[in-house]
Amino acid sequence: MKMSTAPYDLEQQQQHQRSGVAASSQSPRSPSSSTPFLSVSVTDPVKLGNGVQAYISYRVITKTNFPEYQGPEKIVIRRYSDFVWLRDRLFEKYKGIFIPPLPEKSAVGVLKFHMFWFITAEKFRFSAEFIEMRRQALDLFVNRIASHHELQQSEDLRMFLQAEEETMERLRAQETGIFKKPSDLMQIFKDVQSKVSDVVLGKEKPVEESDPDYEKLKHYIFELENHLAEAQKHAYRLVKRHRELGQSLSDFGKAVKLLGASEGNSLGKAFSELGIKSEILSTKLQKEAHQILMNFEEPLKDYVRAVQSIKATIAERANSFRKQCQLAETVKLKEIDLKKMKGKGCIDLKSWQKLSANIMRQLKTESEQATKTFESIVRLMNEEIGRFQEQKTLDMGIAFHEFAKGQARLANDIAGAWRSLLPKLEACSAA
Amino acid sequence: MMNHHDFQQDPDDDDGVMESLLLHDEPSNPLQPPPNPKPDHHHPLLPSTQSPKSPTTFNSFLDPPSYAEAIFTSFDSSSSSSSNGTNHSHHHNRNTLTDELPSRSGSGSVSDYLYIFVSDPQKEQETSASLVPGAATTFYTYLITTRTDLPEFGSSTSEFAVRRRFRDVVTLSDRLAESYRGYFVPVRPDKSTVESQVMQKQEFVEQRRAALEKYLRKLAAHPVIRRSEELRLFLEAKGRLPLQKSTDVASRMLDGAVKLPKQLFGSEVATAGELSEVVQPAKGGRDLLRIFKELKQSVTNDWGGSKPLVVEEDKEFLERKEKLVEFEQQLSGVSQQAESLVKHQQDMGETMGELGLAFVKLTKFETEEARFDSQRTRASDMRNVATAAVKASRLYRELNTQTIKHLDKLHEYLGTMLAVNNAFADRASALLTVQTLSSELASLNSRIEKLEVASSKIFGGDKSRMRKIEELKEAIRVTENAKTCADREYERIKENNRSELERINKERHDDFLSMLRGFVVNQAGYAEKMAAVWEKLAEETTAYSKEAAELVVYASSFTLAFGLDVLLSRMPPSSPELADTTSCLISSSCWSTCCASGRADGVGSTQCKASFKVLSNSSPFVDASLINSTSNTSLVHSSFTIEATHCGKSTPFIASPGGLPVRSSNKITPRLYTSVFVLAFFSFESSGARYPNAPAVAITLELAAAVINLERP
Repeated sequence: MKMSTAPYDLEQQQQHQRSGVAASSQSPRSPSSSTPFLSVSVTDPVKLGNGVQAYISYRVITKTNFPEYQGPEKIVIRRYSDFVWLRDRLFEKYKGIFIPPLPEKSAVGVLKFHMFWFITAEKFRFSAEFIEMRRQALDLFVNRIASHHELQQSEDLRMFLQAEEETMERLRAQETGIFKKPSDLMQIFKDVQSKVSDVVLGKEKPVEESDPDYEKLKHYIFELENHLAEAQKHAYRLVKRHRELGQSLSDFGKAVKLLGASEGNSLGKAFSELGIKSEILSTKLQKEAHQILMNFEEPLKDYVRAVQSIKATIAERANSFRKQCQLAETVKLKEIDLKKMKGKGCIDLKSWQKLSANIMRQLKTESEQATKTFESIVRLMNEEIGRFQEQKTLDMGIAFHEFAKGQARLANDIAGAWRSLLPKLEACSAA
Repeated sequence: MMNHHDFQQDPDDDDGVMESLLLHDEPSNPLQPPPNPKPDHHHPLLPSTQSPKSPTTFNSFLDPPSYAEAIFTSFDSSSSSSSNGTNHSHHHNRNTLTDELPSRSGSGSVSDYLYIFVSDPQKEQETSASLVPGAATTFYTYLITTRTDLPEFGSSTSEFAVRRRFRDVVTLSDRLAESYRGYFVPVRPDKSTVESQVMQKQEFVEQRRAALEKYLRKLAAHPVIRRSEELRLFLEAKGRLPLQKSTDVASRMLDGAVKLPKQLFGSEVATAGELSEVVQPAKGGRDLLRIFKELKQSVTNDWGGSKPLVVEEDKEFLERKEKLVEFEQQLSGVSQQAESLVKHQQDMGETMGELGLAFVKLTKFETEEARFDSQRTRASDMRNVATAAVKASRLYRELNTQTIKHLDKLHEYLGTMLAVNNAFADRASALLTVQTLSSELASLNSRIEKLEVASSKIFGGDKSRMRKIEELKEAIRVTENAKTCADREYERIKENNRSELERINKERHDDFLSMLRGFVVNQAGYAEKMAAVWEKLAEETTAYSKEAAELVVYASSFTLAFGLDVLLSRMPPSSPELADTTSCLISSSCWSTCCASGRADGVGSTQCKASFKVLSNSSPFVDASLINSTSNTSLVHSSFTIEATHCGKSTPFIASPGGLPVRSSNKITPRLYTSVFVLAFFSFESSGARYPNAPAVAITLELAAAVINLERP
């Protein structure tokens, strides 16, 4: 619990500092406080439904003094696909902004698998761990949106936080029905990639930005994902290693205790003590494994997701750029067309002027609109990338600090436990 | 290697070193231990490496020796220091092995040493006629060097060497088994014919060399066997091994078949030489009839309802034996688990190292690509993480080396248990011989009785029966002689068993104790080193410590200075167990003081940081100070930083141009053993609220404490 709120607290603080919003706003004694705040918590994951239909629902609690909101506090029930809906809507509407990433969909599948096929204590533990991790990730997701100075104004966010369940369900159904959007950001990205490869194959004239700075940024983001994925992989392995070492320490402890029992004398006692300590340390290792998973591995994974979200934005920017170029091209072609028309003289000058003015106005508006969209994406991305870097430095710093603290605590526990055995061994050798 | 020499030259400049490690040493994998490490690198606990300037790769790389190091260095060195001086001249290439030696062989005394080294394997041709001409077989001989001052060794020099082949070792082992029945004679290494086919020749020879050395050292460590003639000859005699091979199976068989009737039926007076046969176990097909008889006896013992005449009567021995069997079982269990523990420890170290490398790469990447300051900050944070992970990985690796070294005692004792079982088998077979002879006697006696009864019926006696009786009586005499011998042998073996059990119990106690200590001390020592590594990282990243997780604000009280209306409220903690933010709102103006006190929770914090933010729409004058700090706990804060941030409007209240600084911080060094602090805030507002419904001064207290750098008081 402590961990779940902490990163966003900081984020909020930072956000507030930047925007000059007071942090005292959360005090219940200050309802009239002029400082606007919006804080959300995702809690109480509950399994609903049965079989393959089963899903986890969450209680989403909103506290705010935003005038647009119905009241200071609202509680709604949401499920994962609602979060996806929100993410997709925001992605659609706030082009150029790095939409906070969601935890992977596949995780749910694994979760279901565990829940319905392996309801053993051990698996359940994993499931519980899973549910909690996902809850934290969702909490982080919503609060990142809520603390983003532009995204927090979103109508969709308001809907998400306040709409009744039925409304939400309808919205969700509409979304998937009418818009027929690619369900995944990665899908969008892949589409773009295939388009790009079409271009390479000569099916289309290459339309790509050639800004060297932007090229560098793209390269950076793509490489970063690889590096981060590797770090995350090892972090996950480290979690496993802690579990394994814990397990083998526990087994070792049991065997040593048996040996101690068969030995009997003071040496036997020493063995038993060693066994007991091993078993105690085993649980500490298991706990640390959990801590690493939650506070180190998950932030790294979140980092990877954030980079993937940026990739989606990059794809969006490429789309927008292409559109802008195409429109500019169209305007040029149309102008030539019109000139030709004029030259042929098949139309009288006045109506030609009227026609051409009409067409050109329409096209130019469109083109200008596209250019504006593109420019806004560029501007937003430039802003966002700075924010992203700052945010990640902070997130990682926290993760590193937690990791270091956890490891230090574990090492100290280990050192303490073993060291406490020494006097006993000393006494044993004296005897 | 170059890389590591860099470290040695400048052990203090840790950062610089890491810089070079992380950014310029990409090709040489910093995870890998230096190739072909010298032994003293292997053994960081040797006294020679104690000084931080000494040429070790690791200690100089890490922080100077800590409290923990001092403690556990002293332990392992006590067992290795005595050997350290002696092995430099000759076998400096293997002194890691030597250091185990004196602790057992010397049994404490400096004189009576017997060190054995096996080295220099050489390929040789079989010179004696091989059965198939042209297909000359080759074998390896090993140089066996002995250094001793035992008087039994006749050489004038205290050091001598011979060349022996594996076959000689087999002979030695067989002869020892014959001569020292009942003793726990260490078991010789296996012939391992399969390995010799499968393994690389070089590797196999080296493995065998090590095994032989270990075996001979175990023999040398045995209080009786080290003084044996057999071992002396093996070690000392020049040229071919003068020990006779134990009679090979074929000749034994003939021998035995001829001798047997004499032995057991005594058609002639048994000589002392022949009687000695009876003290040997009837294995190896030496005497067929005896084997047959003893087999029958053992079957009778097992299945027949009849109780053998002589039974294992030593209750204490049986108990001990049973205990040893159980012990062996548990031992093999522990040994298995120890192996798995070592493996997982190894995995942990490797994964930690890989994680470190991943962050090394990330650091490099971010540094190269950095466009924002935040990226550079992150890169340097990552570098710290990488440093810590790589260090921790090395510590795990070293710890594992030590763990293997110590837990190897378990394997060694599994080997000893084989010797023990052999000795018990000796005893059982000696007992069987006694039992066989006893039942033989009994049957002879009953036959005499029958004959006597039969002859007594015929007055004057039956001549032929009388002669038969005489024969039988002679047989009884011989058998009794044999039985006396067998009894004596059995008793001797029993005595050997007993003394050996005593010895091994004592030795085991000491060995296991030292194993436990070695294991525990290294685990603790390395864990402390790792803790130091991570604490350093925690300190480096302390700026990110967002929560006062270690700091529990258990009370927040606000006092009115001048009786004005003060509205106080405490922020509801974000989680029930944690209250990290305290805010108070002072709705009216004028002097007020509020205090928040907190207690640092955790062990041995050395730094504490409190920060608060002042949000006001008028002009407060705020100060905070640590006004009281007392404690009876043993926590130490070496510094206490208070940071104040002013947001909102800040107009000059006191004649300070430009208003109050936006951020101010002061550092307080409290007394030792401080864990309780009180923060006091003085806020003064001269003109009251400027805006209706808004508090004149809103102070948000955010106490953030970083409790880091754990240190033992």
